Amino acid sequence: MNQAHVEFVLRIADDSLILGHRLSEWCGHGPVLEEDIAMTNIALDLIGQATSLLNHAATLQGEGKTGDDLAFLRFDREYRNLLLVEQPNGDFGMTMMRQFLFDAYRTILFERMQSSSDEMIAAIAEKSLKETKYHLKHSSEWVIRLGDGTEESHARIQESLNTLWRYANELFYTDAVDDEMRNAGILPDLSDLRQQWENTVNHVFQEATLTIPSNNWKQEGGRKGMHSEHLGYILAEMQYMQRAYPNMEW
Amino acid sequence: MKEVNITELERMFQEKIDQDIKIEPKDWMPDDYRETLIRQISQHAHSEIVGMLPEGNWITRAPNLRRKAVLLAKVQDEAGHGLYLYSAAETLGADREDTIDDLHSGKAKYSSIFNYPTLTWADMGAIGWLVDGAAIMNQVPICRCSYGPYARAMVRVCKEESFHQRQGFEIMMTLAKGSPEQKAMAQDALNRFWWPALMMFGPSDGESKHTAQSMKWKIKRSTNDELRQQFVDVTVPQAEMIGLTLPDADLSFNEATGHYEYGEINWAEFWEVVKGNGPCNKDRIDTRRKAKEEGQWVREAATAFAQKRAARKSA
Ligand SMILES: [Fe+2]
Ligand SMILES: [Fe+2]
Repeated sequence: MNQAHVEFVLRIADDSLILGHRLSEWCGHGPVLEEDIAMTNIALDLIGQATSLLNHAATLQGEGKTGDDLAFLRFDREYRNLLLVEQPNGDFGMTMMRQFLFDAYRTILFERMQSSSDEMIAAIAEKSLKETKYHLKHSSEWVIRLGDGTEESHARIQESLNTLWRYANELFYTDAVDDEMRNAGILPDLSDLRQQWENTVNHVFQEATLTIPSNNWKQEGGRKGMHSEHLGYILAEMQYMQRAYPNMEW
Repeated sequence: MKEVNITELERMFQEKIDQDIKIEPKDWMPDDYRETLIRQISQHAHSEIVGMLPEGNWITRAPNLRRKAVLLAKVQDEAGHGLYLYSAAETLGADREDTIDDLHSGKAKYSSIFNYPTLTWADMGAIGWLVDGAAIMNQVPICRCSYGPYARAMVRVCKEESFHQRQGFEIMMTLAKGSPEQKAMAQDALNRFWWPALMMFGPSDGESKHTAQSMKWKIKRSTNDELRQQFVDVTVPQAEMIGLTLPDADLSFNEATGHYEYGEINWAEFWEVVKGNGPCNKDRIDTRRKAKEEGQWVREAATAFAQKRAARKSA
């Protein structure tokens, strides 16, 4: 088993799983029926991505575990997702802003990962890219609509951007895991990831008449299992059945 | 003179119905026919939307990734059903937001079953199996309803409902052959949902005030009691197959009629729930009202943005 390889797959898998979980919390509570359908659909894509990736991580681990074991039986400190995706839903604008910052990054990541030397990763990236492009279209349209909508919506979504901006820097976090993956050809070159992401983000914020906050707090830790207090509650809820009734078929 | 014309129009209308010719939105129709349909279709739409809540309650706690995805997809389907049905009601001139306001004010009803809480994971099985199963019994005849848009919406909906019913039954079957705790969980869910599921078909034929006219107009194609009997006949053997017991001491098979006979339904409970005194009526409506109120600024922004864009284009 290659530790870095497993670690790398878990990072992408956990982003999908935790964001999918957050979005699924909206189900039945959306601002219009069409958005209930759209958010459920995106949640469904993310849970699907997480399932493929976690199954792959479990295979790479070679300990006889399943993707479900990795989702439902790891503790907070073993989770590798970005702090951004575990942040609470807030209002609809907050959810769309969180989604947009993430989708803009994910689109580039999946585009590049299609050429991974890990064929499973390449295949998952190709399928997920189609989904993520649609997610980005959806979230960026809402950021623009709310930013350039009413006075109230502009103020609200600007506030969401101010709140979430501190987590954006972590999208570009790299460490020895990434170096090792790049050397192995599993992770393609991502040196211009930030530049590409900024191009998308600046363009959308300009249309949305939003201002990027001047403070640039660099909240990070998710990739190393240092999370915000929110993750514990997400896992308590998500893992309830498997913790309460271990080793059963459902 | 005018009255003669209306009588003549009504006669021609009924003739079309008798010949199984579909009524379409632009066709002339009696006011009562229109109102009955608006009431029934929007009530049906509300049931789909309120019905998202009891199952939505378990998405974040589903026991594994496959069940989570299937449940998410199911609840998404229900939202889609709501959308088709609100559109069908709109072809009759009923504004979607107005009908939703009627739901929130308590003026419009929805299926009483969704006023029961989902307490365990097994309830996802019981709801799929029994509630979607009962919905299929109710909806299959509506595929032949005299009003075209409603009939066509039902054809799409029924295809998805049978998938929902199967996944629910599969959850129950898995639990029933699982550990003793799982089997007990399944039996408890069946105990709680069986009678409310029978109530989904509405009051007995003698008590049902709309049945006769609706049958004549072919809005309704079978009576409440006929549909309820069909449901019991199909469901009892399924329960036996997976080794669960229906909570009805009077249940027995009548060899002569070929039907199962079931015990007395607690109609007092049914009417209490319909009147708003079920365990979750207040929660369900409060939740829907809150979603609408909290989404107000989003809908306003979308409208304002669309207007700005349109103005810029024409400028
Ligand atoms: Fe439905
Ligand atoms: Fe259904």
